[in-house]
Amino acid sequence: MNVKEYKKRSGRPPLAEITNEIKLSFPSLSANESFARAAVAAFISQLDPTPTELADIKCVLSEAVTNCIVHAYRDCIGDVKITVRLRADRSVCIEVKDNGVGIENVEEARQPLFTTGAAEERSGMGFTVIESFCDKVKIKSRLGRGTSVTMTKRLSSKPKAGAHT
Amino acid sequence: MIKNTCDILCELCADCLVITVSGEIDHHGAVYMRQMADEAIRSYSPERLVLDMSGVSFMDSSGLGFIMGRFALMRELGGATLVRDPAPCVERVLKLTGFDKRVKIVKNHKTEKEHERQRI
Ligand SMILES: Nc1ncnc2c1ncn2[C@@H]1O[C@H](COP(=O)(O)OP(=O)(O)O)[C@@H](O)[C@H]1O
Ligand SMILES: [Mg+2]
Repeated sequence: MNVKEYKKRSGRPPLAEITNEIKLSFPSLSANESFARAAVAAFISQLDPTPTELADIKCVLSEAVTNCIVHAYRDCIGDVKITVRLRADRSVCIEVKDNGVGIENVEEARQPLFTTGAAEERSGMGFTVIESFCDKVKIKSRLGRGTSVTMTKRLSSKPKAGAHT
Repeated sequence: MIKNTCDILCELCADCLVITVSGEIDHHGAVYMRQMADEAIRSYSPERLVLDMSGVSFMDSSGLGFIMGRFALMRELGGATLVRDPAPCVERVLKLTGFDKRVKIVKNHKTEKEHERQRI
């Protein structure tokens, strides 16, 4: 299927070509939250994001990783898997995946202030933060199987002057 | 013992407890800070709690939980809480979630802070 056909069928433009990708996997220990932020920030810096864009990406990643640690693997330690893809149109796509308990009702979970972790002082604003800092958010979950959260953010374009290829 | 990416300092000034939090506030750090802060709050039972957040370099929604948790404990003990000089990253998350309307925020208290430091 060529680009034109794809556009016709799906009604939206095809995704830009992937230019780089990393995969990370680590046990759901809270000490790894800062590691995950630092690692992903270092990878994304090759797109030369603005300080605000970088801060936003660190924040949404932290939210998704924390959810795996706090909710998905509530009473156990499991693997947190992160894939980061950079695309030619300067969009950053981050997928955070777990094989934990899953979410019973995703629509409900997305609501501001909804939390099942009130006792641990969760604010219920994680998904709200993710949704406002990203351009697109996809949550897939199956009870007893796990959850994947895919967050896409398109970085602003850089002035051409002085740019290297 | 795993190193924390955040720091917490508790100082008592008259009837006011000033808790200065700095560095990166995430879930890992918040669990530790919550313990330290509540120990200080319970032992001093201050009339006012000031959370100085000027030195925070990162905060996600775990920081909101930390702020609201201290706010709730202070209310239970009959005291008030305010957030002082939130760093831009803190303010951004507070504003975006509407939590800036749930807690009292004061800005530009740097000079007062210097003053307090000198007194101690
Ligand atoms: N990876 C996950 N696995 C299982 N449940 C999750 C996961 N992520 C989120 N949830 C559920 O969605 C709710 C809302 O998440 P969020 O908005 O981040 O708020 P919080 O983490 O403060 O509770 C959580 O309380 C939890 O019930
Ligand atoms: Mg959360």
